[in-house]
Amino acid sequence: MSTLTESRLDPAAAVHREVVLAGDHWSRVITRGQVLRLVDLEGNQAADTLFYDAHDPANRYSASDTIRRQAALYLSTGTPLISTRGDVLLTIVADTCGRHDTLGGACSRESNTMRYALEKESMHACRDSFIRGAQTCGCGLGKRDITCNINFFMNVPVTPDGRLTFEDGVSGPGRYVELRAERDVLALISNCPQLNNPCNAYNPTPIEVIVWNR
Amino acid sequence: MSPPAALYRKTLDHAGMWSGVVGRGRTLRLTDLEGGANVGLLLFNADLTVERYNMPDTLKGQHIFHLRHPFCLHSDMGRLLASITADTVGWHDTVGGCCDAKLVAEKYGEKTYQAARNEFHRNGRECFLIELAKWGLGERDLVPNLNLFSKVVADESGRLTFVSGHSPAGGFVDLRLEMNTLVVLNTCQHPLDPDRRYHPRSVRLEVFPPTPVAADDACRNSRPENARAFANTEHYHALRG
Repeated sequence: MSTLTESRLDPAAAVHREVVLAGDHWSRVITRGQVLRLVDLEGNQAADTLFYDAHDPANRYSASDTIRRQAALYLSTGTPLISTRGDVLLTIVADTCGRHDTLGGACSRESNTMRYALEKESMHACRDSFIRGAQTCGCGLGKRDITCNINFFMNVPVTPDGRLTFEDGVSGPGRYVELRAERDVLALISNCPQLNNPCNAYNPTPIEVIVWNR
Repeated sequence: MSPPAALYRKTLDHAGMWSGVVGRGRTLRLTDLEGGANVGLLLFNADLTVERYNMPDTLKGQHIFHLRHPFCLHSDMGRLLASITADTVGWHDTVGGCCDAKLVAEKYGEKTYQAARNEFHRNGRECFLIELAKWGLGERDLVPNLNLFSKVVADESGRLTFVSGHSPAGGFVDLRLEMNTLVVLNTCQHPLDPDRRYHPRSVRLEVFPPTPVAADDACRNSRPENARAFANTEHYHALRG
């Protein structure tokens, strides 16, 4: 577990503040140098997030390049988020949660049938939110562009013998993560509606997004 | 009973790359000929390539961080692309990704085609992009890949260590394809392999004729999630005809 790092930025000085309700999607271009904060308002909420180069979205967040670059699985302060072309899209500059997941991916109606039961197919899921966010962000994105994402505030420990578990516990009300854009990036968030596992403590809740100019 | 004759056999030397459509039910066997091989692998539904191998669904569907028999390779549509029906290696990496030109140059030094002809240094990312392009695919289809034969372990803080000497000479893994699958692979070294020598190992690739999935199939019955993914895959085939 990494050390917690607080931010000195004052929300009163932000250029944009917005609450993203449970189960909704959100997108916005974060320009180079701007800082994006995601706040887990009520605690234990998974914020499924993708990033793209705003001017060339084929150059997008890559979970495996991010893991490989730091030779470590969990994301926290200091982690550069790496694109498929090896560029640094953003850097995590503050984190009061401690670690974030990039192995667990997004839930989908299809994977819910596999994971839980065939009749769970109708339940709202992150992939549908990502698809609608991709279709409405104005960048011409679609399903092909939805890659393996980050789950801010989610805890997915891996054991030395190679098992993977989903656990409650590292986030809490008001905890946040803050990222500095190293180039102009499109952020696409699905505030996870999953009700079948503890990733949202079985009760999806809102997050807040806050953007500052530097 | 003697094993059936292979329908296809090929040896990949140096940093070899290959792509091809392998039909449902056939088995793709990959054999590490020298020991210490790595095969970077991506899988797509050959009939509609927007459906593809999905690392997170493969991991969370089976509560695993590595692959071995009797686990399965899941698509992003709740279905299966392949099952690991045999495996003498026991651990295949799911998270390390592939090397790119910058990493190869830093680690092994520059070796150009002009200087070394076909001994020049290749990298996994470019090998994937070259083979993907032949099927109309490209960067948008580049998702976290598998690394067969390679073992990467995580400690409690998530720090990763590559386990050298994991795969023995002659080690093999069998993938039974559960739908018509576009297989895209290369034998570039694992990006976390600390060995500073550039020497991708030779790998033999064989395809064997279709075998049915028996009711007591070990992969199907390995987890209820896999049984449901098999059911989803069968629905897909029943509708498609």
